[in-house]
Amino acid sequence: MNGIGLPLTKQDRATLLDPVIINNPIGVQVLGICSALAVTTRLDKALVMGIGVTLVTALANLAVSLVRNYTPGSIRIIVQLSIIASLVIVFDQVLKATLYELSLELSVFVGLIITNCIVMGRAEGFAMQNGPYRSLLDGIGNGLGYTLVLLLVALSRELLGAGKVFGFTVLPLTKDGGWYVANGLMLLAPSALFMIGLLIWALRVWKPQLQEKD
Amino acid sequence: MEHFLNLGIRSIFLENMALAYFLGMCSFLACSKKVETAIGLGVAVIFVQVLTVPLNNLLLRYLLGEGALSWVSPALKEVNLSFLSFILFIGTIAAATQVVEMAVDRYAPKLYATLGVFLPLIAVNCVILAGSLFMQERDYSFAESVVFGVGSGLGWAIAIIAMAAIREKLVYSNVPDGLRGLGITFITAGLMSLAFMMFSGIQL
Repeated sequence: MNGIGLPLTKQDRATLLDPVIINNPIGVQVLGICSALAVTTRLDKALVMGIGVTLVTALANLAVSLVRNYTPGSIRIIVQLSIIASLVIVFDQVLKATLYELSLELSVFVGLIITNCIVMGRAEGFAMQNGPYRSLLDGIGNGLGYTLVLLLVALSRELLGAGKVFGFTVLPLTKDGGWYVANGLMLLAPSALFMIGLLIWALRVWKPQLQEKD
Repeated sequence: MEHFLNLGIRSIFLENMALAYFLGMCSFLACSKKVETAIGLGVAVIFVQVLTVPLNNLLLRYLLGEGALSWVSPALKEVNLSFLSFILFIGTIAAATQVVEMAVDRYAPKLYATLGVFLPLIAVNCVILAGSLFMQERDYSFAESVVFGVGSGLGWAIAIIAMAAIREKLVYSNVPDGLRGLGITFITAGLMSLAFMMFSGIQL
């Protein structure tokens, strides 16, 4: 009944879709902010980063879940880290082979997917207790939630800071004879923190049960 | 000498790990409610950073880099294993954290009690891995990597301690409901980051 023809039960769908908004990794679980902010000056960088994190989270979840019954508790962190690091190496090599320029701009942040709390958090918190199929769905869902926030922040920064979307001019800048005066602050580091702060504010006004009570 | 001083200043203030590159944000936000814990975590990060960046530098130089294995036998001159750096770095970091934890537990039990769970958590703190990755990308020499390790750790510690001090005062202000907690912390970090930008352009 889900319209796409995928073998998803209601529970599976919740596993996949909950982390996108209701249980968003960045806005609600406060995971993976580390690398989220530095790559959001342009949409294409944010998109590639989002794809990378989604792939790594999904596959790491799948792999960790497959070996969960054979992993002794005392060395599980090392097992998870080596699975994640191997996946990230693969992604990094593919990126260098196909989109070399972009991989230079992302620089260390691709490598930092290894220590991205989302990947570790989901592997430890979900994949260790659940079957491979649901773990895969959970990984995809969390990756999509991360990508969504990244794209929103990158969209506002690129549009207001450079008047462009994906590199195409939308708001003609005054220095090119247009009417829009670029907001230089949006391209600098602090604006990413402001944007995420405002995004969390908006999310919590929309869903008041998320507010903190101090 | 001047070069190293310059590098130190740059890694502490201009290229502050927390406020210019947003690294280690998770613990930066989670452990900055009290100044005391912030100091503990800051010291632990400096500790591990100083240890791992030079260590990884040596590993890169004598094990992974292009032609690094030529000291084993000249036949291995062409071997370039640098694509394995991620997995080796994270391994070194996990091991170093473990060693530091055991050493601190044995020789400074008081400090160990203060740091508590933060010591093992440092293994997955992005600041540490990023320190080694920046070292690789910028091709630092061994001496430079020592200075960079100290500087980047110190910069992060300063940032989290300042943040904790601000948050202790923030308790007394009347923040809108939706912004309470996480939201206002982000805005504060943004303002701090803006303040740190005034250091840009400083050159010795």
